[in-house]
Formats: sequence, C-alpha cells, structure tokens
Amino acid sequence: MSDSYDQISQQLKGRHRKSTRLKYISMSALALAAAFLLIFFADMLSKGLPAFQQAMINIEINYTEDASTNGRAAVDRDFSTLISRSVVRVIPLQMRNDPSLLGTTQNRWVLADGSVDQYLKGNRVRLDDEEMARIDRLVEEGKVEMQFNSGFFSRGDSKMPELAGILSAVVGTVMTMIVTLAIAFPIGVMTAVYLEEFAPDNRLTQLVEININNLAAIPSILFGLLGLAIFINFFGVPRSSPLVGGMTLALMTLPVIIISTRTALRSVPESIRHAAFGVGCSRWQVVKDHVLPLAMPGIMTGSIIGLAQAMGETAPLIIVGMVAFIPDVTASFTEAATVMPAQVFTWAGEPDRAFVEKTAGGIIVLLAVLISLNAAAVLLRKKFERRW
Amino acid sequence: MNSQVPEMSEQQSPAVGQPYTRNDQACHDLSIRVRDLNLWYGKAQALNGLNIDLFQKNVTALIGPSGCGKSTFLRCLNRMNDLIPTVRIEGLVEMDGRDVNAPKMDEVALRRRVGMVFQKPNPFPKSIFENVAYAPRMHDIVSRKAEQEELVEKALRDAGLWNEVKDKLHEPGTSLSGGQQQRLCIARAIAVQPDVILMDEPTSALDPISTATIEDLMDKLKEKFTIITVTHNMQQAARVADYTAFFHLGEIIEYNDTKVMFSTPAQKKTEDYISGRYG
Repeated sequence: MSDSYDQISQQLKGRHRKSTRLKYISMSALALAAAFLLIFFADMLSKGLPAFQQAMINIEINYTEDASTNGRAAVDRDFSTLISRSVVRVIPLQMRNDPSLLGTTQNRWVLADGSVDQYLKGNRVRLDDEEMARIDRLVEEGKVEMQFNSGFFSRGDSKMPELAGILSAVVGTVMTMIVTLAIAFPIGVMTAVYLEEFAPDNRLTQLVEININNLAAIPSILFGLLGLAIFINFFGVPRSSPLVGGMTLALMTLPVIIISTRTALRSVPESIRHAAFGVGCSRWQVVKDHVLPLAMPGIMTGSIIGLAQAMGETAPLIIVGMVAFIPDVTASFTEAATVMPAQVFTWAGEPDRAFVEKTAGGIIVLLAVLISLNAAAVLLRKKFERRW
Repeated sequence: MNSQVPEMSEQQSPAVGQPYTRNDQACHDLSIRVRDLNLWYGKAQALNGLNIDLFQKNVTALIGPSGCGKSTFLRCLNRMNDLIPTVRIEGLVEMDGRDVNAPKMDEVALRRRVGMVFQKPNPFPKSIFENVAYAPRMHDIVSRKAEQEELVEKALRDAGLWNEVKDKLHEPGTSLSGGQQQRLCIARAIAVQPDVILMDEPTSALDPISTATIEDLMDKLKEKFTIITVTHNMQQAARVADYTAFFHLGEIIEYNDTKVMFSTPAQKKTEDYISGRYG
C-alpha cells in the first residue's frame, strides 16, 4: 500500500523547510561578507581620498638680495609658517640658476604647510588661534585653496607630509615586478611543461610535485629569509634593490605559476596531443605548436594573479631591506628602492597625523593597481577562452 | 594458428599470418608483417601472439567485441602506444622490411609514413588551411606559400571536402560539422603523403550520411594508400574492406577475404560473432 499524495506532501514539508533555512543561512553569510567589504572600502576611501587634495597658498615671492642666501627673506613673515618649508628652501637655488630673477616679484601658488592642509581638512592640528584666523581670512580672500594633489603621484617619499608622494614606490614596484616576472614566468612555465608533458610518473616527480604544492603554502616571510641568506649574504646582490626584491618575490611566485600552468596544460584535451603525435610531431612540437597556445590564457591568468599576489607582499621585502626611506626615484635595478605596500607600511609608522591620509591614499593606489591587474586577467581569459 | 578445428574441413589452415582465402581482386604486395606480437598494459596482457600480413592498397578491417585488442593492435602500427608509460611490447612489427620497434627507428619518421584518423574528429584548433598545411610544412614537404596552397587543395580534394570548404579555408576547423571534421582529419593525414592510414573507428561518432561519405572515401583512397580500419560495425566492414581480421581476447581468430568471412566463416567463433550471438 503506497502513501497517498497528501502523506507524501506532509513528509516533504520538513525537507523543504530545511532547504529554505539553508538558503537563508548562506545568503546571510554572503550579506555579511559584502557588508565587511563595503565597510572596508568606505573607511579606506573616506580616509584616503583627502590625500589626493592638497592645500595651496598664493603668496608673493620677492627675489631680494637677502633671499639669495636665506629663502625665508623672500616671503612675508606672516606667511612663512604657513607655507611648506620646501618652498623657501629652494629659493636660493632658483636664484642661482636664474640670476635674472634678482629684484623681481612674483605671485605664485605654492604648497601650504602640512598643518594648514590638515586644518582645512578638518583634522586637529597644533596651530594657535591667531594662525587659524589668518588661514580663515586667506581662504575668504581666495588666497588659500584645495587643489588636486598631483605631487602625490610625481614625487617620492618625504618627511614633510605635504611633500610625500608615492612615485618612487610605484617605480620600485614596477622594477621589482619586472625582475619577478622575468625570472618566475619562464622558469615556472618550463618546469610545469616538463612535469606535465615530459616527466615520467615516478616517485621522484611525485615528490617534486608534493613539494611544489607545499611551497605555495609557505609563509612568505620565509622566502624573505631565504633571499637574505642566499641572494644577499651568499651571492652578494645589493640589499634593498629591486633586483634582490624581485628575485625573492620570484621564489614566492614560482609555485603559483607552476601550479596554474600545470592546470592549464592538463585542461588541453588529450585528443589534440594525439592528433599532433599522429601527424608525426615530436614531443616538443606537440607542446610548442598545439598544447602551449591552447593553455596560454590559463597560464597568463595564473601568472597575473601570482604577480598581483607578489605585488601586495611586504613581509619578505622587509627582510631583504626594501622597507626604506626612498625620497628619490630609483634609476637602476641595483639601487635601493621601495615598493607600494612597503611605502604604505612606512607611512603607517609615521607619528605625524597627516600621514594617516597618505597611508590610506597609498592603499587606494595599490588596490587600484591590483584590481586592474585582476581585471586584466579575467579579460584575457574571457578573450581567449573560446575553444575553436 | 588456432587450436580450434576449422568448421570447413576441406579448407586447409593457411600459412602463418596469411588469410584463409585470398581475395582475387586485392593487391598482395606486403605492407606490414606482424609476427608473435605480444603486448602488456602493466601486468595485463592485451595482445597475445598475433601474426598477420597486411597488404598494400587494400582496406583491411579489424573487427571484434569491445576490449579484444583491435585498437591496441592498430596503435602498435604507428607506435602510438609509446605514449602510455606502462605498455610493454614484444614481437615483430615490420614495415617494408624494417622493424618499427627497433631502437634505431624514430617514431616521428614512422608516423610520417603511417598516418592516423581517430574515433572522435580532432581537428587542431586552427584554421582549415592550417590543419592541413601544418604537418607537411613541419616535415619540410612544402615551404613556399604557393606550394602549401596547392597541397592543401589536393589533400582536401582527395578527402572530398574541397567543394564544401574552398571559400572558408581560414575559418576554424572546428566550425565544420562532425562528418566534415572527420574528412578534414583524413585530409590532414593524407597531406603528409603516408603509405598507410590507420583509422580507429572513424565513423562511430558520425551520422549515417556522413558515415556513407567516409566509406566512399575509403574506397577511393585505397588506390593510393593502405588503409587499416577498426570498426564495430560489421556491415561497414562488409561494405568497405577487402580483408577482415576478427579479434577476440587479444588473438586473431580469423583473417580472411571479407566476402568469404561474412558468407562462410572458417571459425565457429567468427560465425557466432558475425551472426550476433555475442559481442
């Protein structure tokens, strides 16, 4: 005697309730994750966006005889505490380079002091009432205003917050990544090709495989120690340089590239290899002409993601000395340099309140680069994914 | 050749590797000679002392139930089994008097002379033109663009595909229908001008009309090439093959003129199989 339709529905009710419950639990998990992300972005943007604005002040510069030795003499004494020290500091040099300036007077927009900038952004600063009143008056007269902080992108680090920029860190990152890619990509891809297409399946290759998978899970700071011990102490690569940083990060990126390349190679259908062997290709021709072109999108995606991971890495670079105060843009691979996350780390440790927004601004730039890299990876995959 | 007594008592057992009955219309120049061929996958023996002479410019069909070793045997002829690490081969496979398993024999050179068409059409993910031109260019058969074009046209004509694709040579090979793709694979195989073409169930993934086209094609191609085909379809073997070899459990039970085999098989097992009693 089978159950009637009503009885079956009765039993089913509990099961349906269960799946509904599970659905809502998973949805709330997602909502929680999204909320955290939202809070993170909102906080970061609210703290970091002011870094892209900078208070500028319009002053009269008198290129007098005195000013050629003491830059302070060129500006009104009332203003001298309000403008950046960097402005007055360069006046004698300017005059030496261009003697015709002597005796002239110019009205120029110059960098305001960090405290003025912070005051206008509504942060607590150590200014006395008189100075605050003077700033308010100047704002009303239109002699002080907020402008886009192009200097943030065109200058290196500085101890003066109004002067600190991220350019040297960006250049350092680019150079380090060039080294990382140049080392990790060819070695990683060729290793994966050997393991996947040439190596016999024996104890040794299995051991290598397990170790590569383990390497991907090793704390990154250990790679820094390895870099210090081998590259700097043994091979004598200059410390703090993009070369040693890139080599260290290459070690860290290698397993990621190897694993993703192997996955991409494995996803190439066996029938393509058979077809190629069938027309008389050698093993290398099979790989070069048929397997690698099909696997390339996957390899590129994996490599870009590995690179993005390396780009956000700080710990191993601390060990090889890449967290340093670098005011000038690095010109060679063997000079001291810093990278974006390390720059953020340095700014985060500055006591001056004005560096808080620099820190967040640096994070925004870093994230923007990382997100565009990941987007590029997705686009590449989408573009070449069609199997034809 | 087999312990079992032949059904037809008046017929003498043939010489080793020879068919029971000669096909008078077929060519009898030797193409491939196989003697005492044994093959193991790990510990499991898949081929068990095979002896067979395959003749030039014929179609020879290999039939038999699943797992009887016919595809394995086919892959011995161009050493595709080398790709499987656990395979061990003993015995002689001789082509034009040369042992294909000899250490001196280069499998790449061998595969230039023994082309292969697979069960599932597997064109390269490249253009139709590239599919055909790739291998000849690789083997330095052609180099100049004009030569390539000429060769591609000839191969596609021989494969009966030219008229269908001549206006879209630069479209992807995979954009064609299944039957067209399989003919493209045949064109790819004949473009390197091999002596032998191995076909591993070439029509099992195709519809009846495409199957008929491929069968007609095999009939034409045997004027130039030795064709050895594996098939599950006994009607197909009866239609296209001059000789048929019946495989069972890694042994060749009967090798015979196709017409004779399908009308009066020499062995009881063959009769059981082709009359559908098992397989």
